[in-house]
Formats: sequence, structure tokens, C-alpha cells
Amino acid sequence: MSSERIPDDVERTVQTKTRDARLGSGVDDRFNSRLRQAVGSSPFILTKFDKFMNWVRGSSMFMLQFGIACCSLEMIHALMIKHDVDRFGAGVPRASPRQADLIIVPGTIVSKFAPRMKRVYDQMPEPKFVVGMGSCTISGGPFQEGYNVVKGAEEVIPVDIHVPGCPPRPEALIYGIAKLQERVANGESSPVVVKPYELEQFGDLHRDEVIDQLADRIDEDSLAMRYNWGDSP
Amino acid sequence: MSTLEHAPEGAVEVDPDEVVDRLGDRVIGRDEHVNAPAVIIRPDEVVDTLTVMRDEFGFDLLSCVTAEQFPDRYESIYHLKQYADPTTEFSIVVPTDRDHPQSQSAASVYETANWHEREAYDLIGIEYQDHPDLKRILLPDTWTGHPLTDDYNQDKPQVVAYEAHENPLLDHTEGAESDTILLNMGPHHPATHGVLHLKVTLDGEQVADVEPDIGYLHRCEEQMCQQGTYRHQIMPYPDRWDYASAGLINEWAYARAAEDLAEIEVPEYAQVIRTMGAELSRMAAHFLALGTFVLDVYGEFNALSMYAIRDREKVQKILEDLTGQRLMFNYLRLGGVAWDIPEPREEFFENVKKFTDEELPASMDEVHDLLTDNEIFQLRCVGTGVLEREVAKQYGAGGPVARASGIDTDLRRDDPYGIYDQLDWEVITDDAGDVYSRVLVRVREVEQSAKIVRQCVDLLEDWPEDEREIQSNVPRTLKPDPDRRVYRAVEGAKGELGIYIRADGTDKPGRFKIRSPCFCNLSTLPEMAEGEFIPDLIASLGSIDIILGEVDR
Ligand code: SF4
Repeated sequence: MSSERIPDDVERTVQTKTRDARLGSGVDDRFNSRLRQAVGSSPFILTKFDKFMNWVRGSSMFMLQFGIACCSLEMIHALMIKHDVDRFGAGVPRASPRQADLIIVPGTIVSKFAPRMKRVYDQMPEPKFVVGMGSCTISGGPFQEGYNVVKGAEEVIPVDIHVPGCPPRPEALIYGIAKLQERVANGESSPVVVKPYELEQFGDLHRDEVIDQLADRIDEDSLAMRYNWGDSP
Repeated sequence: MSTLEHAPEGAVEVDPDEVVDRLGDRVIGRDEHVNAPAVIIRPDEVVDTLTVMRDEFGFDLLSCVTAEQFPDRYESIYHLKQYADPTTEFSIVVPTDRDHPQSQSAASVYETANWHEREAYDLIGIEYQDHPDLKRILLPDTWTGHPLTDDYNQDKPQVVAYEAHENPLLDHTEGAESDTILLNMGPHHPATHGVLHLKVTLDGEQVADVEPDIGYLHRCEEQMCQQGTYRHQIMPYPDRWDYASAGLINEWAYARAAEDLAEIEVPEYAQVIRTMGAELSRMAAHFLALGTFVLDVYGEFNALSMYAIRDREKVQKILEDLTGQRLMFNYLRLGGVAWDIPEPREEFFENVKKFTDEELPASMDEVHDLLTDNEIFQLRCVGTGVLEREVAKQYGAGGPVARASGIDTDLRRDDPYGIYDQLDWEVITDDAGDVYSRVLVRVREVEQSAKIVRQCVDLLEDWPEDEREIQSNVPRTLKPDPDRRVYRAVEGAKGELGIYIRADGTDKPGRFKIRSPCFCNLSTLPEMAEGEFIPDLIASLGSIDIILGEVDR
């Protein structure tokens, strides 16, 4: 994500209360091409070119082969025989995040996995889109009260489309993907979410009892994620 | 306790008094669990006691290790069984001090205790002395506190580090002459079937060391079940353990344990429906295993994986008709099932019969043509990833993994529940213990399951209309007597799926522990893969057929 880092003190007061609090302001900058950045303004030809690019993007989505939990089974079914999302131009799963522009998050995210998912997301090239599949990615789903469960994918990465259900049927997932394609093709997208749980260097984390306790075990430079379970929505 | 007419081959009769006499003054008390006699022993005599139990009384399977916290003490319970006769059970209870919960580790007697004790340390906090590698297994290393204890504060912040992975053979790898490298596989990797992380040390192309790192899907299932009421709130969770559509089998595991705990009878008609549903679930699970295994060894989406998913769709359609959901059925109830076969019944039975009699045999032929008789496939799989019989026992392996290593075990036959003992079917075993036999066992099991389903349909079709009782009378709130403890298992799609419940007099369980077959089967991976090439590691992993939801719970 190209959003610049928010100063530390601001981040701590914004917190995670509602989704609104996490929405950034202004236009989503995900569609900006290098060319457009170089030229600066938007001459006619570039506008047309952008339109074309959006149509191309929407019509051929490469999704990441990314299974987490129960929902990933329905995702497999959406990909394979009978449902076959490839009919809509979004069904060739890529095993490497570097080749994908859509990540479907199909399942429960727990504290151990969240940093890894963030890393995978960061490895995807821009512009990239996220479909959250199932109640678990909305709120933690049936496991919301678990001591180890991250309460929704938006705690970690921004989500464009939520597909509710536990699990959503493959048809529902396909509808979600189709909706996303439609929006991408039209150049619409919601502003990118500000993430409360950044991966930060351990040494930069706000000092408190827990950090002090871990200080002799973790290298200052290693990346870490801090979970404030009490503040989670 | 055995319901079999004759003791199976290799089983040893065990008299609890004899055990107590033999153990002498290691015993500090006796107890009676619903499923088995229990002896309470001193925490510094664990190894000796378990060695005696294993070598003299024939308990070659350590099913499960349950750790619990009480206001005045901690307890570890070792649930022992015999592979030859799983109804011969015994519990060894090891109480430890509340302030210094330290107990001797059983890892030197049973390999499988290694992972089980790590889990007990992780979630409850009992320290096992002389354990080969006592560290957290499900939660991140940086976690503070043990979440299933009564003084744990769930709102406390936690920090999880994205640490660099250390190379276990770092000393050997420096300089130009380095001969090993560390390969990190996962947790995001197409061949790990979800979020499994393998730390693989390679010597050239060969696997020198592999360490599975699990816990990327630890969804606090035990905590969730401990917070739910017996009657309704727990049942949805089992669907989410082994989510490869084996939901009905998982639900049955809970239903069986809770019904024994609360002494609930289940009407015969409901048992037939349960048996049919469970076998359909098993078929769906094995189809997925087959489809993903093919992906693993062939690499891309290909015909066979599509065919496997196609057949799975058919089973899911039938299950959806029966239960109302494709994946998370929530269909069993304590004392029966939620509702009867959907109307019109004839149509439902026709669909099932069409599947088992016509479609399945045809697609099984396809599987044999394309896969098991395929020479390239055989070259790839025969003789790779061998798991020896005795090793499999040490690790507590179960299900197709154990049966492919020549262990003739199946709870459906050996500890019958439902109506399995009235039906005509076989337990499939194979002696080779390699990847190929594990796949073959699964394929053949699908055929057996179809046989069972077919017989159930016949029974259901002829069932007199006025005797279709789907649920027995169960009190609105269940409050089993305090301190009743039960460990009950069913044959899951992956092996022995056991539930331990301790009642505490309320309408929620005092302790709910899940014995997951995948957890034990996955711990055999290093035995299969070490010394093999990397592609064989992938094949071995695929052939174990793990579902991470069940491994991590
Ligand atoms: S939403 Fe439901 S089906 Fe999907 S991952 Fe969560 S628990 Fe599983």
C-alpha cells in the first residue's frame, strides 16, 4: 500500500473502533499508473488509456491460491468443475503472490498467521484487490470470542468486498468476485483502509510491560505485530 | 467392556486390580472414568508406569494426553488403548502441584506424547521434565500466559514476532563448503493443504530434517466448546474441525461422548441415518484427499482432480438434501438427528442409489485407470515415504495412515457404534506403508463406504412409517453429574477422533479436549520424509491427508 506511514501518536489515538474510523480519505490511489505519475495531470489520451486498463483489469483477474480454513473448500469448489469461476475471467489461481492481483481470504485468521498473511499481501503487485470470504473474515465469525482469533481480516489488510456466510456457497463467492470485477472495470473502489495492526519493528513498539518482558528474546529489528484484544471491535 | 464375542488377535485382557498390584506404591489412588478404570500415580513415576503398561499389559497406543487445571492441582491424563482391541482402555492420571506444575514426560515411552505434551504445556502450562523439546506448539513463541487456565486474562495485549527462521544446521552451512540449506515451506504454500509451515533442512536434493510448525489455524476450539452448553451450542463447532466435509463424523464424535456422559439413548432409526450420513461424509473427505493429492504429485489442475471434485459435488448435493447445508451440517442432535429424510423420500433414496450403484462404480473405474493402475503414478509413489508399522504405533497414527502400514484397526469394527456391527463391510489394510498404499487404502475405503450407505438405504426404505423416531427425549438443559469423565472416540475420516469431557455439574463442560487424528498423523511426517527427495516430501505430506483445522483445532 502506498499510503504513507501515519505518525505513531496519531495511530494510537485513532484505534480500531469502527470501520469508518479506519477508512482513509480522498480518492483511492491504487489505479495510478507510473505513466500517470510521471505526466502529472490527466490529459485526454491518458484518461482513455486508464479506462481501457480498468476494463482489462476487471476482465482478467488472477487470483492467489490461498487456502486458510473451511471456506477454502468452497473456494476450491468455486474454482473447479460445476461452478468454475474461470467462466467469468477470474479463475486461474496463481501459486505466487507476485503474479496475482486478487487475494481471497477464505477463513479464520489467528494471531500466528496474521503477520504471514500481511507479508503475502505485501508481496502482491499493485493494484491489488481483496475479497473477504466468510464470517470469519468479517468479525472472527463463530470463533470471535477465541483468545487467539483476529477479529476480522480488516484488522490486518484492507478488504474490498465481503462475502458473508459460514461458509458462503460457491455461487455467493462468484457473485462477490463478479461484483469486484464490475467495480474495477468501472474504476470504482473504496478508499484503502488504514490498518491498525501494522507490522512494525519490534524496537519501535510502544514500550509497556509485555514489550519489556519480551525485550531480551526478540531482536530490535525484527518485525512484530501487536494485538490489543481489548480494543478490537 | 468388549462387545465382541471373542477377544481379537493380539489383545491382552487387563484386570484393573492386577494393574494396581503390579504398579505397587507408584499408585496413590484409583478412580473410575465412564470409559475406563483409572489409576492415579505420582508425577515422578510416569515413565516407569507407562513402560509397564506398554510392555506388560499390551497398551501400545497412547490415544491422548489431556491436561486440566483444578483449583488445587493440575492433572495430566494419559488415555491408553490397545490397537488390537480399542475397547480395552485405561487412564493414567498424574496430578501435579498447583504452584509448581511439574511432571515427568512420557515422550521416551510413546513418541506421540512429545506433541501432546507440548500442547498441554502451551495451553495449560504443565511443565514436563526431560521432555525432548518443550516449547509452544500452537501459539506463537512470544505468547505470554496459558490460555486455558482460570487466571488467564484474554484482553491482555500480545506481541507476535515475524522472526527470522533459524537454520537448525546453521553451523554446517557457513562458508563455501556449506552442504545444507534451510527451506521454509509455508505457511502459505499450495502443497501444504492450508496453513502449515515446514522447516526443511536439505542436503542437496535430500531432506535431512523436517520440522512441522503448526498453530496457524489454532481457533480455540476447545475454549469455544467449554463456553457452550451441551444441548445446542457445542454441536456447530465439530463441523469446523475436520472441515473436508467430514462434519457428520465429527458431530458424531461429540454426540457419542456427550450421550455416554449424560446417559442418553439414541433410537435405532436415527442411528441408521447417522451411519449413512457419516459414510457419505467420509466419501466426500476421501474424494478431497484424492483430488488434492493428485494436485500435489502432478502439479497442475488436471482431469483427475476435477473428477474428484465432481464426485464430491455429488456427495455434497446428497448431504445438502439431507441436512440443509453443503459443508457445515449441524445435523446431529444429542439423542438423534435434527430431522428426518427429506420428502419425497423415494426421490432422495433414488438419488443416493443412483450415485452408489451407477455413478460411483464408473468413477472408481476412472480413478483406477488414471491413477492407481497408472505406471507413472506407481513409479512415483511405490516405495516412497514409507512408514513402518511399529513406528506408526509409536506415533499413535490412525485411520488410513495406520491401515496402510499394516495396522488392522478401525473403530467402526473394533468399538462399534451406530449400526456398523450389523452391516456387511470390510476394513481395508495394506502392508507396504508407502504413499501408494495410503492412496489405495483411501480409494478402497470409498468403495466400502458406498457399500455401507447402500445397506443403510435399504434399511431406511423398509422402515415402518410409525417407528421413525428421530430423537429420543432429552431434557432441555443437560447437567451431567459433577466429575463424570468420559473419553470416547469414533473413526473419523483421518483416524481416531476422540473427545474427552469432564462434567462439572453445570450445563457446560468443565474440560473439553479434542484428540485429533490429523495431529498425530502429521507428527509421523519426519519419519516418512527424512532421507527422501523434496518431491517425495510433498507426496508424503499429501498422502497423510491433513486438514489444518483439525491439526490445530
Ligand atoms: S466463516 Fe465459517 S466456514 Fe468460513 S472459515 Fe469461518 S468458520 Fe469456517
